[in-house]
Amino acid sequence: MWPEIGYGILVIAFLVALYSVGAAVYGERKRSPAWIESARRAMLLLWPLITLGAATLIYMLLTDHYEVSFVYQVTSRSMPAYLKITAWWGGQAGSLVFWSWLMSAFASLVTLRKWDRDREFLPWVIVVTSITTAFFLGLVVFYENPFARFWQTVDGNVITSMWAPANTTLMVAQDGRGLNPLLRHPGMIIHPPMLYLGFVSFVIPYAFAMAALITGRTDDRWIRLTRRWTLWAWLFLSTGLVLGSRWAYDVLGWGGFWGWDPVEIAALMPWLTGTAFLHSVMIQEKRGLLKQWNMILVILTYALVIFGTFLTRSGVLSSVHAFAQSAIGPAFFAFIGATFITSIGLVIYRWPDLRGETELKSLLSREALFLLNNLLFMSVLVVCFWGVIFPLISELVTGQKVTVGPPFYNHATGPLFASLMLLMGVAPLSAWGKSTWQTLGRAIWKPALAALVVTALIFVYYTRLAIPLLGFYLVALVICVTVYEYWRGARARHRSKGENFFLAFGRLTARNPRRYGGYFVHISMMLMAVGIMGINMFQIDTQATVPVNGALKLGEYSVKYESIAQFDAADNRQVTRAVVGVYDDKGDYLGELHPRIDYYPDAQQNMTIPGERATLTDDLYVLLVDWQPATANGATFKIFVNPLVNWLWIGAIIFWIGALIAVLIPDREPERLAVPEAQRVPQPGVAD
Amino acid sequence: MTRSRFLLVVLGLSALMALCLPAQRAFAQKPTPSDDEVNRIAHQLYCPVCENTPLDVCPTEACRQWRDLIRQQLSQGWTEDQIKQYFADQYGARVLAEPPRTGMNWLVYILPPLVIVAGAFLLLRAMHNWTKPAAQSPAPGQEEPSDEYVARLEEELKKRS
Repeated sequence: MWPEIGYGILVIAFLVALYSVGAAVYGERKRSPAWIESARRAMLLLWPLITLGAATLIYMLLTDHYEVSFVYQVTSRSMPAYLKITAWWGGQAGSLVFWSWLMSAFASLVTLRKWDRDREFLPWVIVVTSITTAFFLGLVVFYENPFARFWQTVDGNVITSMWAPANTTLMVAQDGRGLNPLLRHPGMIIHPPMLYLGFVSFVIPYAFAMAALITGRTDDRWIRLTRRWTLWAWLFLSTGLVLGSRWAYDVLGWGGFWGWDPVEIAALMPWLTGTAFLHSVMIQEKRGLLKQWNMILVILTYALVIFGTFLTRSGVLSSVHAFAQSAIGPAFFAFIGATFITSIGLVIYRWPDLRGETELKSLLSREALFLLNNLLFMSVLVVCFWGVIFPLISELVTGQKVTVGPPFYNHATGPLFASLMLLMGVAPLSAWGKSTWQTLGRAIWKPALAALVVTALIFVYYTRLAIPLLGFYLVALVICVTVYEYWRGARARHRSKGENFFLAFGRLTARNPRRYGGYFVHISMMLMAVGIMGINMFQIDTQATVPVNGALKLGEYSVKYESIAQFDAADNRQVTRAVVGVYDDKGDYLGELHPRIDYYPDAQQNMTIPGERATLTDDLYVLLVDWQPATANGATFKIFVNPLVNWLWIGAIIFWIGALIAVLIPDREPERLAVPEAQRVPQPGVAD
Repeated sequence: MTRSRFLLVVLGLSALMALCLPAQRAFAQKPTPSDDEVNRIAHQLYCPVCENTPLDVCPTEACRQWRDLIRQQLSQGWTEDQIKQYFADQYGARVLAEPPRTGMNWLVYILPPLVIVAGAFLLLRAMHNWTKPAAQSPAPGQEEPSDEYVARLEEELKKRS
């Protein structure tokens, strides 16, 4: 009964989504507020409907309905309740329901809030969000049904189907296969929702952009309306990426957090265009330039959001043939193609209306530097996109599959990221409109000199390698410039208003949260860069088999194998846990670590969980690779020393502070900094 | 050649071979390579079975066997390139971390720089266009507010600095 109820609800939701698209288009064409209101209510109905469908699924996950294929694949009796709930997004079919659920929530939020203000946009916002929701619900209803059940034929074959095929009986498995052990980790519980939230919330600015193109309101209104949505989307996506990295570091057991895996790149690509978009919308807001480009960026971001989901969900990465065989792959492909071509068609149609309102005055102005920033982000995107799809093209054309791995990405993106860092150092000091070498030079020489002093200290005390030194110089430059810029602002307030420095800092930030929140984010990116450079340029590792009381030496550490124990954990894991003592090069005891191997009998899979000792200078990361009973050879350990890596996580915390400042504090930026009303392009035929 | 001279040559060659033999045996009996030596090469190879997992950290049994094979090859005196070539021959180019620089694979390396240079060119041209027309023929009624706007903007920036 439950599967029928759940599936029925999702079918109704799918139909309601289609209805809301139809009603919105019809209402808009007939200028009928009643139809548009009906479309809005239909869209508002989507979230409760999908919530009910999802609740049915969760109920079945919690109550071990192993006749349902999805429940069988992602849960087992031994899993704790919270993991059974999070298994919702642990498999293909459930994650598509999850996507639709989040999409409907965001779409509802848009139309609940100040609906009257955006009356001319909202029919089209409903159309775009409901088409997207309908697409994902369609995938669930037609191809990846989480409620499909097992049916046994008389000759013992098992068929997976929603309805009973002829001459079959329902088959109920005794126990499920259980969630992939890699996904049974707190990081993995939060990471996918964050990533999906980022993905889904980027649909909102896209929807408004499309509405602006269709209605002809091509001024910056759509950008102002979606400013906060975009920031939230970017915050979620960034958080998803950081949590994913932390999860990889803690769970995958290869000593790093980013392996340039296509799945990681799939999430990074919309982040790249999204970050470029965040910067370039400022040019449109303040100078009325780049309208065409902003449209293209938001369309690209949307396409990459769907493409990212497609990459991870269609099986295309494992092989082109798997993709061709999977039902949802071609559907995704068609959807991305159709939405992309339609969107670009609309941009071309409105191209003349999207011309800039003012001109670029100087190639050193902030807007010119932002353009350069956009070029660099797009260049990283080109490298990533090409690196991800080339193996597929190669397989299609030559039949030979190739790997495009970390060396390619590191070589190709390294100089681009370094250039971005340089821009981050220069751009905050350049002025909008006009800037000259002299003014820029006057502003930058002090922080540039301070950064040089920091680099000299690094040269003396840390490394003499040229490339890391260049990297550290750029980090120091950005931090010095940002702090200097902040301090200048606070000093001005301190002098003119007599505020103490803390108050001045606070008020400065509150007065322009996007700008100063952005500065926090810049600093956080630099701290992250320190962590990334540390692990990429200075990581060392060793592996050896040692007897009990034997030791491995690496860098300044000595790791002594003390004991090993095996026991069953409460969640049915079979744990093999080693105890190792950590000593420094003087022989002083620093503590003990517990690297372990968890064996999950339901999934018949091992997980290698490292023992980590984190300090500001480095991480000691110990893996238990293999072990034998104490009478034999001992245990094999792999040890990494990951210098500076913890600055990455510290950077992430600062990032959240900065992003929350930008997104939570209302922008009290004086309106006159924006393009005056008189300069805006008139909107023929559109009632305001 | 007389028989005695022939014998001499044979003996001489045998002696030479005998001299070489211990060296060869010593080469074959190289101490077992350490895990680090094996991993250094395995790190540059990708598991032919699992997706995008370097061979040095892949936990599957197949990969363990492949690492043992590398160890064996190292102990037999194979060079790093020979081992990598062996795996590429056996399992295809996908085991290498980067596509080999041959044929169509060149596209991987050439296309991104070309696109980036084309993008930079387009951007420069666009910037040039944006700066030019305004100087030639400002739209009526636009120049003044724009200047006023910039003046206000700079005033604002000065106030803040």
